[in-house]
Amino acid sequence: MDTDLSSQDRKDLDKFIKFFALKTVQVIVQARLGEKICTRSSSSPTGSDWFNLAIKDIPEVTHEAKKALAGQLPAVGRSMCVEISLKTSEGDSMELEIWCLEMNEKCDKEIKVSYTVYNRLSLLLKSLLAITRVTPAYRLSRKQGHEYVILYRIYFGEVQLSGLGEGFQTVRVGTVGTPVGTITLSCAYRINLAFMSTRQFERTPPIMGIIIDHFVDRPYPSSSPMHPCNYRAGEDNGAVYPSVEDSQEVCTTSFSTSPPSQCVFTVTKTHFQTPPPVVTDTLKVPVMGLAFSHQLSSSRLSYQPAALGVGSADMGYPVLFAGGLNAAHPHQLLGPGKEGGVPPVPSQPAHGTQADQERMCTPLDGVHYSAATPSSSEDTETVSNSSEGKCGSPHDLLETIFIRKVGAFVNKPINQVTMANLDIPFAMFAPKNVELEDNDPMVNPPDSPETESPLQGSLHSEGSSGSSTGNTHDDFVMIDFKPAFSKDDILPMDLGTFYREFQNPPQLSSLSIDIGAQSMAEDLDSLPEKLAVHEKNVKEFDAFVETLQ
Amino acid sequence: MVGPGWTRRRAPPGAAPTMNCRAEVLEVSVEGRQVEEAMLAVLHTVLLHRSTGKFHYKKEGTYSIGTVGTQDVDCDFIDFAYVRVSSEELDRALRKAVGEFKDALRSSGSDGMGQISLEFYQKKKSRWPFSDECIPWELWTIKVNVVNLANEQERQICREKVGEKLCEKIINIVEVMNRHEYLPKMPTQSEVDNVFDTSLKDVQPYLYKISYQITDSLGTSVTTTMRRLIKDTLAL
Repeated sequence: MDTDLSSQDRKDLDKFIKFFALKTVQVIVQARLGEKICTRSSSSPTGSDWFNLAIKDIPEVTHEAKKALAGQLPAVGRSMCVEISLKTSEGDSMELEIWCLEMNEKCDKEIKVSYTVYNRLSLLLKSLLAITRVTPAYRLSRKQGHEYVILYRIYFGEVQLSGLGEGFQTVRVGTVGTPVGTITLSCAYRINLAFMSTRQFERTPPIMGIIIDHFVDRPYPSSSPMHPCNYRAGEDNGAVYPSVEDSQEVCTTSFSTSPPSQCVFTVTKTHFQTPPPVVTDTLKVPVMGLAFSHQLSSSRLSYQPAALGVGSADMGYPVLFAGGLNAAHPHQLLGPGKEGGVPPVPSQPAHGTQADQERMCTPLDGVHYSAATPSSSEDTETVSNSSEGKCGSPHDLLETIFIRKVGAFVNKPINQVTMANLDIPFAMFAPKNVELEDNDPMVNPPDSPETESPLQGSLHSEGSSGSSTGNTHDDFVMIDFKPAFSKDDILPMDLGTFYREFQNPPQLSSLSIDIGAQSMAEDLDSLPEKLAVHEKNVKEFDAFVETLQ
Repeated sequence: MVGPGWTRRRAPPGAAPTMNCRAEVLEVSVEGRQVEEAMLAVLHTVLLHRSTGKFHYKKEGTYSIGTVGTQDVDCDFIDFAYVRVSSEELDRALRKAVGEFKDALRSSGSDGMGQISLEFYQKKKSRWPFSDECIPWELWTIKVNVVNLANEQERQICREKVGEKLCEKIINIVEVMNRHEYLPKMPTQSEVDNVFDTSLKDVQPYLYKISYQITDSLGTSVTTTMRRLIKDTLAL
């Protein structure tokens, strides 16, 4: 009954629920970006951090969420759902999780809106942060990029769990009672992928055989577009996503009497004629490139935005996956080199546009795959932005696939897959050898300083060499033994060859049993004779000893 | 092969230190080198839920709350990742306690069994000459059993298994947190130090203390042994 709730309370409650829904989506999508998230605590309240938690707002995600909500709030029968799915390089997709924010009729009239409800919503968001790292999709999303990407889709209305396969499990993140109903946040996740996440996607080649079983014919194909869980350009070229702070929408920290201040986290412009300043230390602003450079069209990047509108399954992805390219998520938090794998600076000059100087010079942290990761990341974005701009993609754009970064969690590089054995599409783009990389202008752009970190090199080489965990699996086939830091083209004998040759040196002759046994036997036999001889010559020996004294 | 077992059971009311203290017990079997990370994962998850931003009191009795940042932590010896509060001071404090616990486990010569407890308490000021009372309102106990593994394959399986069990533990912790049971009332400015630990500069957890016990091979904890000794001595 609304009469029990003052109008101010009602307004506050609606605002809380709305922003809670937006923040929930942010947390979920950011948790599936494939990277470690890091935000700073701040002791002085800025007035812009909803629920007193530092959760960045990715403008596109906010935009999508607002679009899905269309001004409504979760209510009975109208839930907000975030669907997380996986899409492979072959175009097969599979739903992994559905996160549901629901409202039911059970009201708690006694509860205080501005105080208890707010704090409990904050607690619920913390629980969501914890739970998003715990479902199987998290580990999958940390390894995405090479063979698959993780996509998200937001919809509002009835929850659709049919795509999760049989035996899916649910976990409840939490509930918060309010005077107008009880908010429930839960997740239903597919479990029969859990095995695959640790085995199949890392090592064994035929992904196709598995995914086809799970191919889901989406019942609502165009209800809302899937989005990759990373940066994507806006559908409308030049759309400026409003940052969170409409004048009425800034959150006030609890009980504060100070006026709300501007949100500091969002960089919202997607219209990139001039590079907007980087707002925080960690957000990177995507730059709109005007054209593909020829390098982009090489094996690595093949963003084909025009084709995306057609909806063909072959669009957009392909090379990304096989090539193991990763795009920087521009809103990603980039830990300072923690994630290793510093790629060389991409050669952006071909783009000609206002390359953000900062981006060009700073290595992209967090990119692991040496397989042409570096420039590809920025290139993809620029490409995507430009192409988005150019073709004005139709609204029913199904996917815009971007290259994913591989996060620090990766310790089993995916390119152990024996591409040579596969008859997969785009196999020509599959990472083959280190040599290919050396010639690849994306990896070693001509004019850039050599900033490849040894970590990157070692990670790649390790990828093709036997890893410590590979030994335990029979289906792992080693193509070529390439130990870390080895280079074929410099020395005739590299470390690997050296290692192999000297790993099994011939046995010392004195240690070989046969010879030893024989001589030992002979020695034993000849001992008595020798003793007899010595006894005869005792006097000579004594005389000799005396001469020495 | 290790069979890490995690169970969570509520301590019976009589066993709780005080009547109103909520007690949760988690049990875990891990390999020696996983002890630290497993403990930190659980403790950080609990403290994530039990920390707020710094309070800034203003006139008229209102206050504003600072912002809590979070960060992902990957474990090196367990296939697991967790979220912790972005506070280096808090992390250091927890690491110190867990490090001591780990050393005590190792050097105790016991079978590698012990438990570490995280207790949230409130201070109640008493008149002189009585010292302040510490009244616990929530107690988390993690029982640890250290196993020794024979080879690398077992270790690899242990990595994954413990990772899965930790996931279950996080879900259990969140479930408890979600019950919205007793929490101390938000204090006034004068009372804030009785409820919160205000010594950190970026976040403000509820007042907590960490203690541990090592179980000797007889299965009795060291503290009970000491108590028995003293009783026996006094009885003479």
